Amino acid sequence: MLVEFLRAARRAGIAVSVAESIEAFAAIDLIGYDDRSTVKDALRLVIAKSDEERERFDECFERFFGMGPSGLGGAALLEFDPAAPLSPEMLEALLDSVLARILLDDDRAQLVRNLHAAAAEVDVASVRLFTQINQFARRILEAMGVEALDAAIGRLRGTGGSEGARIADFLEERRQAVAELARDLVERRLAASGGGEADRMHDEFLKDARLVNVDRRDLLRMRVLVRAMGRRMASRYGRTRTHAKRGHLDVRRTLRRSVSFDGVPFRTYWKRRKIEKPRIVLLCDVSGSCAPLAHFLLLFAYSLSEAFSDIRSFAFATSLIEVSEILEKESIDDAIAAIMRSIGFQSSDYGRALGTFDRDFIDTVDRKTTVVVLGDGRTNYHNPRVDVLKRVYERARRVVWLNPEHRVAWGMDDSEMLRYLPYTHVARVCNRLRHLEDVVSELVKAR
Amino acid sequence: MTEVARPDIGSIEAVENGLIGANYICNRQTATAIYLAHHLRKPVLVEGPAGVGKTELARATAQYLGLPLVRMQCYEGLDESKALYEWKYGKQLLYTQILKDTYGESLRGITSMAVALEKIADFDDVFFSEQFLEARPLLAALRQPHGAVLLVDEIDKSDQEFEAFLLEILSDYQVTIPEIGTISATVPPLVVLTSNDSRDLGDALKRRCLHLHIGYPDAKLEERIVDVRVPGVERRLREQVVAFVQKMRTFELKKLPSVSETIDWARALVLLHVTELDADSVRDTLNILLKYETDIDSMKRHVSSIVTAVN
Repeated sequence: MLVEFLRAARRAGIAVSVAESIEAFAAIDLIGYDDRSTVKDALRLVIAKSDEERERFDECFERFFGMGPSGLGGAALLEFDPAAPLSPEMLEALLDSVLARILLDDDRAQLVRNLHAAAAEVDVASVRLFTQINQFARRILEAMGVEALDAAIGRLRGTGGSEGARIADFLEERRQAVAELARDLVERRLAASGGGEADRMHDEFLKDARLVNVDRRDLLRMRVLVRAMGRRMASRYGRTRTHAKRGHLDVRRTLRRSVSFDGVPFRTYWKRRKIEKPRIVLLCDVSGSCAPLAHFLLLFAYSLSEAFSDIRSFAFATSLIEVSEILEKESIDDAIAAIMRSIGFQSSDYGRALGTFDRDFIDTVDRKTTVVVLGDGRTNYHNPRVDVLKRVYERARRVVWLNPEHRVAWGMDDSEMLRYLPYTHVARVCNRLRHLEDVVSELVKAR
Repeated sequence: MTEVARPDIGSIEAVENGLIGANYICNRQTATAIYLAHHLRKPVLVEGPAGVGKTELARATAQYLGLPLVRMQCYEGLDESKALYEWKYGKQLLYTQILKDTYGESLRGITSMAVALEKIADFDDVFFSEQFLEARPLLAALRQPHGAVLLVDEIDKSDQEFEAFLLEILSDYQVTIPEIGTISATVPPLVVLTSNDSRDLGDALKRRCLHLHIGYPDAKLEERIVDVRVPGVERRLREQVVAFVQKMRTFELKKLPSVSETIDWARALVLLHVTELDADSVRDTLNILLKYETDIDSMKRHVSSIVTAVN
């Protein structure tokens, strides 16, 4: 049972190591199966390691151990009253079938035990697809001895007279209920085990889907993905800032510290190298042509600004504004809505936007800065002001241009991408979540 | 030394009651965590917002079990010389002086270097020995004769290197000192780690711990907590205070008021002889509950409506 549950938990996306499995068994050994909520508490303590996993765990646990509303004790089981006394012959007919006895005695606990035993026997945890539900349900019923029950019902009908027929009816009705239970069990196991897998497949799909094509209802899910990505980047990024550089003695520090030991250099100090966090300046095109994408770009900018301290974000269409503060202060929805309201959906004028940047914000770019431009480079035939980008290129450590359009379209019509191209260190097509992730992880590495 | 009988930790209820005895009201999940930690000998990693009693849990557990509490506050730059052990440099220095004198005497008259070295090798080398070891919190916890409750506070503030270094202690309850060898715990301490989630902890560390998340308590639990922690608070005021704070947590604030703030606030109100909440007294004392100017400003507008709601 527990093994099955751990398997289900794993498939639900919780990383359960072997050590944790052992731990889980030890914990259950200690507290027993008596109290459901205690079991849940204990397993959660051992298995779930983050908020997200705790949530998944609760869900998985309820699915797995839960007795849904259609579970045992449904109306069908209660309605019929087998009050009539059984004649010895009938009993004889029934004795063959354990299941029949259980049903007649209305021994639900035993029924549930048998059900779970049968489920374990047919390895119901291996159910993966919903097309397998019927098959598994049938196998469970067989393992519970439904054939003997059917035979008993047949005998009752044949020899039992009206009384026998009545009991046969009753048994059949209950047999139906048991079948429902078995089916229900399989469905729940499927939900518990297959659910995670399906979710994951969906996530993978979303990562590869073109950002503009993502369905509205997937937006939420997408958001979670983007933020998770931002966090992952941040934790990789924000790690050790100082690195010991072995072999170079920091003479001054060593001498200074040796004073307390009478000038004996007891502790040696080594020179440390500081790794500076690169600063990021983000320019994001939110014009009409980029609007569907802009949403995600802003989302990404948001999760980045949550993660990094030193990031300046600008949004532009016809004009350019700084949005760092909005992104930092407001909640994600408000921030994006506010930005889109103020300048979104205008037609883009790269020349003017770059001009503004050059005039007001060029100081934000220095040797340590990585400039990231997100945009399609479509200037609506205005002056592209390539000279500004050139200036930025000369000042910055790196200029990265992310373009949602395919390479083929660069330079066609009003796209000035090819003229901007020489003044970027990296120019990439970026219209999928995966692209975004690749680019950022590259940014992180190149320092 | 005779074994001191530990309090009976035979059931989860026992833990719950024991903690209540130590002035700590907790839910069943928390009691289960301590119970399991004790029996499985696993550290507990406690997460949750600031001020919900993560550190307090360790203190209460120590009191309940009758064990000393060894506390280690983590911060950036914490290293093993501050956490585990350090050599007593002064004494070592002294020792070398003495050694020099003794050597000088016994080596007198020996001219060949090889013989001198042989002679030196005959001496006991206690330069690196436990006598010169200055125990820091981690080592101190391992050396407690009857075990201890080791609190590693705000582990997320420490560096990743330090986290890795903790692993040995957390899984095997032993430390390795290169010059001496491995020192194992006499009685494995009960380890409580707390984290405010300011960074993601490493998987290796996570894997070794039980994970306990303490969130904001529900109204009933919080009332019990206030009742225990703030003697002299009237029932009516207590209900109002808790209802008010609970209501406040539904607002979008920079920093939501935590249990510790509720307790402080209730204390303050008792001191001010407030017997019933009204909008004015709330406004005057709002700075106890909220720590940001902007939060206070935005809440002031809602105070009277909440006060009427909880009355």
